[in-house]
This record gives sequence, C-alpha cells and structure tokens, in this order.
Amino acid sequence: MLLLNCPYCNLSCEETEFQAGGQAHLKRQSVGSSDQEFESYLFARKNPKGVHFERWQHVNGCGKWFHIARSTVTLEIFGSYSAQTLSPPKQIRVNINKKLPEWRWESSK
Amino acid sequence: MSSRIPGHGGLVNSSKPLTFQFNGKELEGFQGDTLASALLANNQLLIGRSFKYHRPRGLVASGAEEPNGLVGLGEANSFEPNARATTTELFDGLVSCSQNHWPSLEFDIGYVNNYLSSLLPAGFYYKTFIHPRPAWKYIFEPIIRKSAGLGKPTKGKDPDKYEHFYAYVDVLIVGGGISGLYSAKVAAKSGARVLLIEQTPHLGGQASIDNPLIDQGSIAKWITELTKELEGMNNVTIKARTVGVGVYDHGYSLAYERLTDHELNLNGSRHRLWKIRAKQIITATGAIERPLSFANNDVPGVMLASAVRNYLTNYGVSIGDRTVVVTNNDDAYRTAISLKNAGLSVPLIIDSRPSGAGELAKTARDLGIRIENGKAISIVHGKDRVKGISLCDQVGSGTVLEEISCDAVAMSGGWSPVVHLWSHCGGKLNWDNELCAFRPDTQLPPTGVNGLACLSVVGSANGDLLIDDILRVTYEVTLRVIKELGLETNEAPLPSTKGIKENSISAVWKMPYGASTKLKSKTWLDFQNDVKVTDVELAAQEGFESVEHAKRYTTLGMATDQGKLSNINGLAILSESLHKDIPSVGTTTFRPPYSPISMGSIAGEARSELFQPIRKTPMHDWHDKHGAKWEPVGHWLRPYCYVQKGESVKQAVFREVTACRNKVGVLDASTLGKIMVRGKDSGKFLDMIYTNMMSNLKLGKCRYGLICSENGFLIDDGVVARIDENSYLCHTTSGGAENIHSMMEEWLQTEWWDFEVYVTNVTEQFSQITVVGENARRVLEKLGCSKICSDSLPFMGWVDEKVFGVDVRVYRISFSGELSFEISVPSNKGLFLWNEILSLEKEFGITPYGTEALHVMRAEKGFIMIGDETDGTVIPQDLGLDWALSKKKNDYIGKRAHQRLYMSNPERWKLVGLESTDGSVIPEGAYAIGLGENEVGQKVTIGRVTSTYYSPTLKKGIALGLVAYGPDRLGETIQFPTLTNSVVEAKIVSPIFYDPDGFKQNV
Ligand SMILES: [Zn+2]
Repeated sequence: MLLLNCPYCNLSCEETEFQAGGQAHLKRQSVGSSDQEFESYLFARKNPKGVHFERWQHVNGCGKWFHIARSTVTLEIFGSYSAQTLSPPKQIRVNINKKLPEWRWESSK
Repeated sequence: MSSRIPGHGGLVNSSKPLTFQFNGKELEGFQGDTLASALLANNQLLIGRSFKYHRPRGLVASGAEEPNGLVGLGEANSFEPNARATTTELFDGLVSCSQNHWPSLEFDIGYVNNYLSSLLPAGFYYKTFIHPRPAWKYIFEPIIRKSAGLGKPTKGKDPDKYEHFYAYVDVLIVGGGISGLYSAKVAAKSGARVLLIEQTPHLGGQASIDNPLIDQGSIAKWITELTKELEGMNNVTIKARTVGVGVYDHGYSLAYERLTDHELNLNGSRHRLWKIRAKQIITATGAIERPLSFANNDVPGVMLASAVRNYLTNYGVSIGDRTVVVTNNDDAYRTAISLKNAGLSVPLIIDSRPSGAGELAKTARDLGIRIENGKAISIVHGKDRVKGISLCDQVGSGTVLEEISCDAVAMSGGWSPVVHLWSHCGGKLNWDNELCAFRPDTQLPPTGVNGLACLSVVGSANGDLLIDDILRVTYEVTLRVIKELGLETNEAPLPSTKGIKENSISAVWKMPYGASTKLKSKTWLDFQNDVKVTDVELAAQEGFESVEHAKRYTTLGMATDQGKLSNINGLAILSESLHKDIPSVGTTTFRPPYSPISMGSIAGEARSELFQPIRKTPMHDWHDKHGAKWEPVGHWLRPYCYVQKGESVKQAVFREVTACRNKVGVLDASTLGKIMVRGKDSGKFLDMIYTNMMSNLKLGKCRYGLICSENGFLIDDGVVARIDENSYLCHTTSGGAENIHSMMEEWLQTEWWDFEVYVTNVTEQFSQITVVGENARRVLEKLGCSKICSDSLPFMGWVDEKVFGVDVRVYRISFSGELSFEISVPSNKGLFLWNEILSLEKEFGITPYGTEALHVMRAEKGFIMIGDETDGTVIPQDLGLDWALSKKKNDYIGKRAHQRLYMSNPERWKLVGLESTDGSVIPEGAYAIGLGENEVGQKVTIGRVTSTYYSPTLKKGIALGLVAYGPDRLGETIQFPTLTNSVVEAKIVSPIFYDPDGFKQNV
C-alpha cells in the first residue's frame, strides 16, 4: 500500500484513495499518426527497473490527476507534480539526481 | 507417556480445572493451558495424520510454528478447521477434533500410503497421473482429493462478527518478548506513540522460560514491572493475542487480533484486522528452533527441545519420562537441565559437536546427565510413540553404537530468526555462517516512501541470542529509530545482565553426515507436507535447481505452517545436493500472512447488506410496495417488472409491454446518467468525446451520440441536450455515468487542460420519469404541460415546464418507438411527480413498467444496448451506426483507431435481426455455426445472439445478433446449436422488427 502525496490537497494519503493511470508523459497519437506510432501510443509502455513516471488520480479525494516519480526498485517517491506539463519539473529531476546521480530524463518521443 | 507434573507450570492455575472435548472424549485441563498442553497432560500425544502418507503425528512445537497439531474447533457453523492446538487457549467447554484421517485417528486406512512411499516420490502428482489423460479427472483426482487434504470448512453462514481497525502510531513494535518490551520502553520514554503487539496471550517470550538474571533480579519480575510501567503510559498501547501478519509497501502493516477465541460465548467481534500506519516499525519477532534431520524424526514424542522446555516450564507438562536430548548447539542443554531439575530422567545428551557445549555442559554434568559429544541419532524406534533411539557417530553412515530406550526425544538444530516481516516489504537477508541462519542485512532494509529504512529488527529476530547482546542492540536500534522521528531519551538505561556464554553451533543438516538412503528416506524435513530428505535430493537430481522450483516440485514449505520449521533445513539439503553454498541458493520468497488469518477477518464488516452500497431512486419504496422484482444495475436497484397478484414474472413483462404499446406506461428512469458539461469550449470538447458532431446542436434540441474508447470500441451511448450557448446535458447509460464522467475529467485534466470546460455528474440531482405510449401527451397535458404539442415540442426536442409549481424539463425522446416524453425533475420532487402521474392511472390506463419491458421494446425497435450488443470489442460500424461517425470532424476519441485495417475488415460480424423459424426464443448467447472446422477441430462459428426476447407485440421470439456478412444475408437461415444438442434455425432479418418507419414515435 503506497503512500502518495496529492499535490492539490498537499496530503499524504493511502493508495486506496487513488486510481493508477499508468505511464505519464505519453504523447497522444491520433489521425495522421503511423500505424506504429499509434500502436506504441495505445499499447507500448516502459517497464523500467528504476525511475518511473506515473499518472495517478485522487479519485476518492479531490478528483485531480497528477504525476509522480517513483523508483520501481525501492518504491521511493521522488515527488508528485501537476499532470498539466509535458516533462517532469526541475525540482523532481533534482530530487532524483540526489539519489541517482547518473539518471537523466528521456522524453518518450 | 506425557503427563502433568504437580507444582510446575508458570502459566496454568491448577486450582481452576476446565473440561474440554477431543474427538468426543471428555478431558480435563487447567486455566492457562493451551489445547496442546492440555492434550499432552492427558497423554494425547497423537494428534493427527500426515498429509500424504498418513503417518501418525504428534506435536513438534509449542507455538505458531507447529506443523502437525492442526485440529477442528467448535461446532456447527462456528466450526473452524485447521486451528493450531498450540495457539488455541483452553476454555471450559472447548470442543475439538483431529483431522485428515479415516476412519479414525488411531486406525487410519491411508497409512497404507506409508508402505507405498517409494511409489509416491517428489513430484508424484506430475509423474504418475499423466497417462491416460481421462484417468486423472475420473479416477486419480477424486481419490487423492479424498485421502489428502486438511480439515473441512463449514457449509453454513458464519455466525460470528469480524471487524477492521485502523491505527496510526509513531512506532509499531511487533513482538512482546524482552526485546520488544524494552524497545517499547525506550521509544515510549522519548514521547513517541507506541503500539506493541504480541501474538500470544502473555508478554515476556522465550526469556520468561529461560529466566536469565537481569538487574540482579529475576526476569519474571522485570517483565511484570516493565509491563506495568508501559501500561501506565498513555502514549503506549499493548495488544496481546495480536499477531503481525504482514508488512506491505511503504511500511503498511496488518495485524490480526483474536478477541473472543479464548473463551466460550464472549460477546463482540471475534477477530479484528488491524491496518496500521506507523512512522517506524520495529520487529522483535523472535526466532524459531529448527528440527534435526535424522531417521524417523517424525515419530510422536520427537519434539523441539525448546517446546519440551516450554511445556514443562509454562504448563507443567512432561512429554515423556525418559527424554534423550539431541543437539548441535548449547541451548538444548537448558532443556535437559530443566527436565532433570523437575525430577525427570534424561538418559543422554547427544551433541553432534566433537568439542561439545560450554558452561551449560558443565551444569548438566554436575546434575549427573551423561553427555556424548560428536554423536548422533541413527534412527528413532517406535511407530505411534518413541520407544528408543540408536546412537551413532555424527561422522559416518549411521552404524549403531548403542541402543537407548526413551519415550521422548528433544531435538535442537539451532535457531532461525523470524525474518518474515522484514522480508515481506523488501528487506534483504545475509547468511550468517557463525549462526547457521539467515539474518537481516541491516545495510538493505525495507524502505518507506522517502527511500529510508522504515523497519528495524531487534532481539533474536536479528540473530542475537545472548541476553546481553539482545538488550544492547535493542537499545541502540530503538534510539536510532526514534532519532529518525526527531526524538530522544535517556530515561530507559540499559539493564545490567550477564548471559551464559555459549559455544558456537555447528552446521548439521543431516544426521549422521553420511546417512544411507534408507535412513534419509525416513528423515522428514516438512512434517505437514511429508517431504523427506530424499525428496529434495531427487528434485535437485531431476534439475529443479532453483529453490522456488524445488519448493513447488516437492511441496516443501507449502503447508499451512509455510515452512517455518522446514525451509532452512530443506534449503540446506538442496544446496548440498547441488554442491553450492546456502546463500547462493537463496531462500524462497516470504509472503504474508506470517500465520493464517480467518477469511472472516479479511471480509470484516463488508458482508450481506454492508457488502456494497445500494443506490436507490426517490421512488424506490413505491416500487417495493408495488411488487417490484429488483434487478441490480451497477450499484442501483431497478424494478425488472412489477408482479401483480396471481401473475408470473413473464406475464407481468407481457402486460407491461402491451400497456405501453396500446395505452401508456411510466418508467422510473432516474438512474440514467446525467453529466452537465459547461464552459465556452464545451462544444469543442464534446466533439472530441462523441463520435458525432455535438457543437452544432441547436438550443432546445437533443441528439443521440456514441462514445468510443481510444481503441475505437463503443463504450457508451445516450442523448445529449443543448441547454444553452455554453451548456450541454449528456445522458449516459445507468451503469456508465461514473465512468464517462471520470473519462471526461481525465481528458480535460491531462490532455486538453487549455479547454475551458467544467463537467459535473448530476445523475442523483434529478429524477427522470418516462411516459410512453399513445396517451402520453394527454397525460402530460393533464399535468399542466402546455408546450408539448408536436409543433412546439417535435421529436428530439426539449422544453421547460411547470407542473404543480415544480420546475420540470420535458425531453421528447424515445427508446421504445412510442410517443415518449422523459420528465426530469429535482430529485426531492421525484416521488411527488411520480405519485401525481400515477393518480391519473385510471383515467388513462397508466401502467408502471420495469427494465425488462424497456429492453423488450427497444429490441423490437432494433435499438442497441451497451453491454448486450457491445462487449468491449464491438465498434459502431459493426452495429450499423456508421451514420453517427462524423466525417466532418478532424478528430474524436477512437477516430484513429477506426482507421486501422482490421476495423474495416468485411468479415467483422455485424448487427442483424434474427427470427427463429419455429417462433421460439433463441437461447441467450447462442453461437451460429458455419461449414467446416477450425484448427482445433471445433465447428466454425459465424455469429452470435446478443439479445433475445419473446415479443408480446409480435407474439414470437425475436433476437438481435452479430453475424458475419449479416446485413448482406437478409432472408438466409442459419443454425444455432443449443446446450441440449438440438439446433434452432433462425432467419436473418432487419433488426427493426416493429414500426420501421417510426410512425408511432412521431405523432
Ligand atoms: Zn487531492
């Protein structure tokens, strides 16, 4: 049972208050995309051993969607931030690099 | 024989005798006994039969690790199978029975398996019963199921209550032995809120049995005083009979409290499941003694040395009169010394170590106990009970040196720290060669949300066995833990202790080292699952080299004790067979729960009517009073139909449909999803959500729309009404409102956050009543509606009206094909309006109808139903709804998916109507077969029935279905085989069975 911090409520809450929404920072592919791009958008997901960016909704709380950066190895959460952004904010990247100096942000194409 | 020794037993009160039953026999015990100690006091050593060979089994342990002592408890619906006798507190009137034997415990036919054991090797299920295939299902499996297996569950409803309980503390301490208690004191003195849980009814743990000196006094006094001090602090909660069963992500912990099991007829909840969030967790879960692996180590009377000592010291029960002690470490000497001091005979201590034990050996010798170093047990004699042992050298193959008669064997193979909770949430282990055990790797602890340690281990759970080390490490660890919380204390100084120095243990995984196969095939590792040394060796030989594979192949550690006694011994044998060292073979995964918990405690209060919430419309009670047969729709309850006196359900549906088609019917449609979409970009937004255009919908108009997933599959449908320039009311299916609302929110928040749109689920704010049939308009006029003539309110329009002073909105839409109005009214006026309409019942012949009549009428009209005609793989094109897919729009959710090749495959099954040639109702879900067979020899299917009804209007069976090339095959006949091997023939027809030109709804 993860403890997640909703950046809108600024509260640390049990995982059961939230709904997971899978990998964050996907770029929507629609009309005009190639079959491969569209397939990848619908189905291909990262499964890293390490830092993962995820979408969560505070479904049994304020209802807001947000993102978190989480280690899939230690389950450490490096921070949560607004879903209304295309890449993780600087502070999140700094938090990650404090623990994992080698880590670099790679946006999904 | 096992018996009670007067004057011994710190936990029992011999002035309070209790009566209990075992297998129908009336027996006597004392207050403070466990069922196990009371059975032993009555010389009931034989307690069950093993799982596979049905060998007689006695108690091996005295706590939660007991593998054999499983009994049935209680009677009737309160009966509980597989309860541990060792953790069951005795009370007056307790009823218990043994299990896994037939016809009786003493005489068990299954024991024949014992003589067939060479035919039942590791993996025998996989090997023996493969051929012929049908034999497994019809012969082997029924026999095995009958002869193997544990206690039988009850069939009736569990009469007990269970509850969940939430706790938020600074420090959770699991285990109430001396390290747990002392840790609680250190933490509590710092001001932390502390919850201490202990699985047994008593605090003090193993130390209260061994009684080392502490602060120059007795440990019993120290424990009592410390407990009293802790109980007096209001930042400390202590819960006995509460076991820590699991630690999960970010340190979420579960504990299981047994509230009423220890007495007859106690009131209140039986079990309580604690859900605990602690800022820090300290486990002081102790250690479990391991058996030694010698031949016939499963004969009743062979017991863990610590258990023998525990039964004697705590319960005043001796296992035998002459007990041989066999060990590879110093601790077992304490058992010999205790037995001797109680006046019992200890003919011999067998120590596998050539150099033997330290100070304790001297004490034993001084008491006159014979000690043989470097020796081992070759084999135990006796079948239902130990009769003697053969002594041999530990080195060698087991040549007998001497026969020693005895009626009990106390064995000790060393101690394994209970690292389960540490391991549950990711803590890593180190193999400690000195200790011959896995202990927590403190460099790699379980971590919390911040990536720092959230769980620490103290006491023998950490591998510390000497009291001096135990308390010192507990002190240091607890100070570090409270420092994490920003706290400190110097008010709980380290007590002074002087433990007895012990010689180190030697690794003895087999006794003797070179035991012959004959001996090893009688040497048990897992008592409950009947796994022997030779089974694990065979698994290794056959290539099951991974510890996880060997476990499943042999079933080692898979019984209800989850290998608490057997895992390390089995692992050692596996690594020996593979010529690898133990750490490189590794352990199997530790999974919660640490010990079994009741299913009732998991369910908690969520049973019967509290299992899930029921959503009721404002008219619910009216429906109930008028014969509603209820149908669950999502969490809603809706009337399926209203059954009148002397009428069947079928007749009721028939009557309701007929009334709607000929006069007028009313439906409570309040459950219909209603989502208000507002804001200047609402039109643009709905153009993305719906497959058809919504932004050009005129004020006062309604439009039927489809919603697809990004995958292109149809997920919901409904009528959208344009309310004003910037507002739309989107109707969804009854079950879909929450999902569609959530979907809209998700897109708005995560993709189109630049759109100025607000969505609100107003489903429960409005009641909706559908008035259907030729007389519908007259009913509304009578209610006072003035703007509903066909000119002012044409089909697919809406108007606001006032009815008896109440604001209502009237939508002219139809799901039945009849002239139909849906009247929307604030929910608090729903029942009022319903009653007003029904007061006109006589005048217009109004009939309330339910969901089944609704479904029949929509099927007669060929309208699709989400969940019937769709199943998550159906696209609008399959249903002939191409007209609702906008070609003008550049994009909508699902548009790109519809361009995928397979979506335009002409072989996709498409919507048609089906009429059985004999007028019967085609069975639900029936598949149509074509010519030929597929690659696995099944008949080719060419379509299926999605909805099927008897049509009271057309007086015959009608169905909707999806059929390959269906719309091109109108008039053809296809075959639907039924479950009874008959075939129903059906003609493919238009899906619109009734009033295809829509005359009736357009009047
Ligand atoms: Zn929130």
